[in-house]
Parts: sequence; C-alpha cells; structure tokens
Amino acid sequence: MSAPVRSVVVSSLTLSSAVGVFAISFGVLSVSAGASVAQTCALSLFTFTGASQLSAMSVIATGGTVSAALGGALLLAARNFVYGLALAPLIKGSLRTRFLAAHFVIDETTAMTTAQSDPRLRKIAFWTTALSLFSFWNLGTLVGALLGNGIDPQKYGLDVAFTAAFVAMLAPHLRSSKGRQAAALGAVICILLIPSAPIGVPILAAGLAVFIGLRRS
Amino acid sequence: MTAVVLTNYMSWWLVIGLSAGALAFKVAGFVIVGSRKLPSALEQCLILIPAALLAALVVKDTFSTAHELVIDARSVGLAVAVIAAWRKAPLIVVVVLAAGATAITRGFA
Repeated sequence: MSAPVRSVVVSSLTLSSAVGVFAISFGVLSVSAGASVAQTCALSLFTFTGASQLSAMSVIATGGTVSAALGGALLLAARNFVYGLALAPLIKGSLRTRFLAAHFVIDETTAMTTAQSDPRLRKIAFWTTALSLFSFWNLGTLVGALLGNGIDPQKYGLDVAFTAAFVAMLAPHLRSSKGRQAAALGAVICILLIPSAPIGVPILAAGLAVFIGLRRS
Repeated sequence: MTAVVLTNYMSWWLVIGLSAGALAFKVAGFVIVGSRKLPSALEQCLILIPAALLAALVVKDTFSTAHELVIDARSVGLAVAVIAAWRKAPLIVVVVLAAGATAITRGFA
C-alpha cells in the first residue's frame, strides 16, 4: 500500500471506530426510548444516517408521535440529497454500483471523499469509509441495544450523548454567517413552540429557519 | 433527551418511513439528479437544514422535558460539549466529556 492510500485507509478506520463507540450510546438510548432491539438495529441498517436516527428517537423519547418524529428526521435526511449532488461527479460506476453507493452517501463519506484531490484516492476514501463506517455503526448499535435495558442512561449522563453529538455535528455549520443565523433562528423557533406545540413539531418548525438562505448576504 | 417517557409511540412505521425516505433522498441526489445543477436559491436553503435543525434539537434536548422548559444537569453537559466542539475535539471526545460532566453534576445534586 502506498503512503497516501495507507493514510486514507487509516483515517477512515479511525473515524469509523469512533463512530462505532458512539453507536453504542445510540443503541442504549434508542432501546430506553422505547424501541425494540430489532427496531433499533433496523434503523441503523436501513436508515443509516446518524443525525436522522438520533432526531427521530429523541422525539419519540419525549413522547412525540411517529409523524412528528418522522418530519424532523426526514428534513435532516434531505441533506444527503445535497451530498449526493456533490459526490455524483466523483464516484462513478455502473447503475447498480451507484444504487449501492447511494446508501452510503452521508456526512462522513462526503467529508472524507471531498477531502481528497486525486480521483483514485477519492474512490478509495469513499468505499473504505462507507464499508468500515457501516460495519462499526451497526455493530455498535447492536451492542448498545443489547446492553440497553441493563443500563440507566441518566446515571452515566448518557442522556446528553445525543445533545453532545448534535453540538459536534453543528459546529462546522456555524463557520458561515448564514449558518449561524439559521441555527439561532431554529433554536428560537423551537424554544418558543415547546410549551404549546405538539411534541416534535418545534423541531420541524425550526426548519423554517432555512429561508434565511434566500436573504442576500 | 429525557428519561421520562410519557406515551411511547415507537412503531415499525417510523423505521420503514424513515428508511424509505432517507434512501429516496440519497438516490435522488446521487443517482437521479447527479451532476446536474440545481437552482441556487434552493441549494442555499437546503444547505442550511442541518444548522437550523441541529440547533433546535440541542435546545429541546437540553432545556425541555416534554412541554416544560427546565434547567438541570444537562445544561452542564451542553456547556462542556460546546467548549469541546469549539476546541475541535473529535465527536467521541465531545460525547464522553459531556456525559461525564452531566453524571458528575447529578452526583453532587
């Protein structure tokens, strides 16, 4: 393995194992929010986009309905559409390969792939991140879901694991002034609606803050 | 995120709906639209979704229990997470520090 290839593989494995550890807390929290082990694992296998899974279970945990949970989570999943646009010119292949690859179009694979400038390294970055992340994410979820009922999330402060992950995912979006405005407005809309709106709706309504994007900067 | 579960609405419909929806977005962007250009106003808005929604989720999971606005040990966890993320700590470090800080705060309370 040449040095650049090794470096790409090592960084995707490092990222994936860290995400795998986080997946354990997703498993624990999902089960304690009321999902079964099978439902929790199915989310990681078939939805496979962390922020949406977290958002959905966070709404369910507070007593939100399925449609409320689904609304915010789907809105978050819409960003994978934008990632797809960015990745499409970089990851070529047969139609079948592209359909398979589409399942892996998420934050981490987009970040790792677009960080490379060489076409061959991009392809390696995409597929190693995709496959290692998918494995670790699902393995971690299973471990967490099985541990789930034996652990009191509050005792270990695990109930803030989602919040902390949301903060870490939010950070890069705050670099632009539009990003900061959208975040501030989203937070304000949410807090104003919490006392009166049905659970989960404040999260969905916060999505209205994206219209900040139409303002001239 | 609160441990107080009022009514639990979890069902397979959520798993199916979310999986189908997420896959639809991925396929639409990556396979169907592909390298074609979108109207820039639409792209400008789509790109802001994570900022708006993640900020709202942070606020909800830290400062509320169902319909009540509260300040408890989770606020300490949030403060620690913000500092760690601001110092560019990796995701897992942010999560572990925030969870630890919240657990310790509860221990004292």
